Amino acid sequence: MSETSSMKRHMGLKASRTLANTLIYVLLIALSVIWLIPFICIVLQSFRVESTWQVGYVIPQKWGIDNYRNLFSTNFPRWYINTFVTAVCTALLQTIIVLCMSYTLSRFRFKMRKPLMKFMLILGMFPGMLSMIILYRVLKDLGLTQANATPGLILVYVASSGMGYYVSKGFFDTIPKSLDEAARVDGATRAQVLNKIILPLSKPIVIYTILTAFMGPWGDFVFARYISFGDPAGMNVAVGLYNWLTPDQINKNYTMFCAGGVLVAVPVTLLFLFLQKYYVEGVTGGAVKG
Amino acid sequence: MAQLSDLEYLKLSKGRKIGYKLGRFFAGIPKAFANLGLKIWDVLKKGASAVGREVKDIITSFIQGDWKTKVSYLVMGFGCLARGQILRGLLFLLFEIVFIGYMVLSGGYWLSMMPSLGKVGPTEEYNEIYDVFVTKYNDNSFQILLYSVLTIFFIIAFIYTWRVNIRQSRMAEKILATGKRLKSGKEDLHSLTDESFHKTLLALPLTGIIIFTVLPIIFMILVAFTNYDGSHDGYISNLFHWVGMDNFNTLFSWKSANGTQSYAATFGEILSWTLMWAFFATFSNYFLGMFVAMAINKKGIKVKKLWRTILVMTIAIPQFISLLYVSKMFAKDGILNGFLLSMGWITKALPFWEDPIWARVTVIMINIWIGIPYLMLIATGILMNIPADLYESARIDGANPWQQYTRITLPYMLFITGPYLLTSFTGNMNNFNVIYLLTGGAPLNPAASSAAGNVGYTDLLITWLFKITTGADSKYYLASVVGILVFVVVALISLIVYNVLPSIKNEEDFQ
Repeated sequence: MSETSSMKRHMGLKASRTLANTLIYVLLIALSVIWLIPFICIVLQSFRVESTWQVGYVIPQKWGIDNYRNLFSTNFPRWYINTFVTAVCTALLQTIIVLCMSYTLSRFRFKMRKPLMKFMLILGMFPGMLSMIILYRVLKDLGLTQANATPGLILVYVASSGMGYYVSKGFFDTIPKSLDEAARVDGATRAQVLNKIILPLSKPIVIYTILTAFMGPWGDFVFARYISFGDPAGMNVAVGLYNWLTPDQINKNYTMFCAGGVLVAVPVTLLFLFLQKYYVEGVTGGAVKG
Repeated sequence: MAQLSDLEYLKLSKGRKIGYKLGRFFAGIPKAFANLGLKIWDVLKKGASAVGREVKDIITSFIQGDWKTKVSYLVMGFGCLARGQILRGLLFLLFEIVFIGYMVLSGGYWLSMMPSLGKVGPTEEYNEIYDVFVTKYNDNSFQILLYSVLTIFFIIAFIYTWRVNIRQSRMAEKILATGKRLKSGKEDLHSLTDESFHKTLLALPLTGIIIFTVLPIIFMILVAFTNYDGSHDGYISNLFHWVGMDNFNTLFSWKSANGTQSYAATFGEILSWTLMWAFFATFSNYFLGMFVAMAINKKGIKVKKLWRTILVMTIAIPQFISLLYVSKMFAKDGILNGFLLSMGWITKALPFWEDPIWARVTVIMINIWIGIPYLMLIATGILMNIPADLYESARIDGANPWQQYTRITLPYMLFITGPYLLTSFTGNMNNFNVIYLLTGGAPLNPAASSAAGNVGYTDLLITWLFKITTGADSKYYLASVVGILVFVVVALISLIVYNVLPSIKNEEDFQ
């Protein structure tokens, strides 16, 4: 092969690579637009004043913060506080339970370990919604539904959270066991191994667990709806805002829904973007280890 | 289909290879069932022999044990108390007292009511003072069923503890006979932070799972054999009672009353769409997500982090906001139709949610929008782990990008994410949020709705289940049957995939 033809070939490769990259840029820009458009629309419409109806255009003709102001004369603040309290409590308690469960299953070898894991796998195959009927009646007897739905909801979220141990067990599995053994040889108890050695190393998974547990209640719809059972005082944001979009409500509340959506999404999204690194680590780790 | 040797397999043409693999997959299914049968038989046999061993041990302990051990058969913890293990002994004794007290005061009553689920329903009684009829509530079927299940749990726990009490007494006897010392209460407590630390850690999570997951599931399985519904709620309206296999017979019968569609046909329709949806939702996300990840990862693409962040933002925004909003965007009078109409590209609003086919395709499309960011994250992590020299040597051998993808990237991805694909398939089968928030099941399927619940063309089994329990007549018994069937379908799929796919790895490999 002569030098010129080799160069030509090289140039050809380079040209095709540039072409490919250009195509990819076009694709990525198109994707970004598709992904962002709904969120841009929702923000724009939340500032629309001229009509609370659903209209066929996006950019408001008259801008204003009326929708945000109106939110405060509805039950929205109550829903917001309910959801926030639920999210904080769930994040704390669920993290403790998930870490206990996953650490035990990762580090201890006891007789019932494998049967227990298989049992939980099978339990997970039942649709969780099935238990709602009975949990509703039981919580109702305890007085934890309708207006008092928040503690009931926290109880339901937290109590079964031990079943979601997979991701953090995968993480604990990657911490070398020799660390534990060295500490045990030095006379540390099992509890000390966990507190002094494993936990300091587990910051990423702790943050991941807190983050996912915190975000869950913001989006949960079906359990919250069941337990609040039509009482506005016990609803969370998802249930409350959903009711604003039912056919007989949508024309009155559509723009207010957008405003409420923005108020819910902004803090959660900021927190998420801030802690994105840990989320990505958890998700990729979880998928690889199944 | 007969298994070929590696050499024979390599000689096959490309199409034949795929055919061979598919054939092997389906040929493996009967074997998977046979294996399952054998496994269950094995577990039963092992269980029976374990129970036999325990019973034998209980009898021999009684014959050979000293008087302290023998008293423990009646008074739990006596052996421990008499040998100085005060803490253990007191705990055993306390448990026995609580158990007997509970059984006498209420457990016995619940158990005796379990076969009938209550005898006297609500009655109208004449109140002489106010001269009106007032409803008097009597037995409560719901409570009877719930507390009988709890009582049975308690009895099992008691038998287990009783057995442990005997074993400990006997062991303590043997240890003392060899001249060694027994553990003190303080040492027992200390061991909860050391050798038995796992018991401490598991206590709270397992209690939660038993009360809030296991108990409700058992209860709901039992409900499938009763006539519990809105007009038999066990207390206010009427008692409910056992009906045997009636509900299953109803769901599986093709016969129907006066012109309505039979349950079996409705169930079949919804199940087939559920499976279709799970298939498309899982694999469209999987391949497109992988594709986007590869595009962003490609050499020479700048600001990778920006592209990723834009996509990942959709994960952060609570689903009910994005799904509800997008659902309204696609509505007949929504932004999208408004935009297309004003541009003059269409003359009539597109029936995104009105036409069955349109609705199904739109749901899958929007699910791609929801799912790609997640898959993109997962695929990015895995793609970065593929050794670069694999691609290097492939390039030197003259493989084009497509070949590199099908021979290196795809097999690697499939191997690593096999279990994930399975869980995401079953997860999609039960993907309540996406369907319910987007369409609520619409458009309505009039024929299927005549059976139960307002069944729509996009309804999954799980949303159907929800509709059955919230409608006016709330057929809880039907919801339970559907729930059990969802479990059966999910379990069968998992079982087949686990047994037939070779890439399910040993969990210890990662440690």
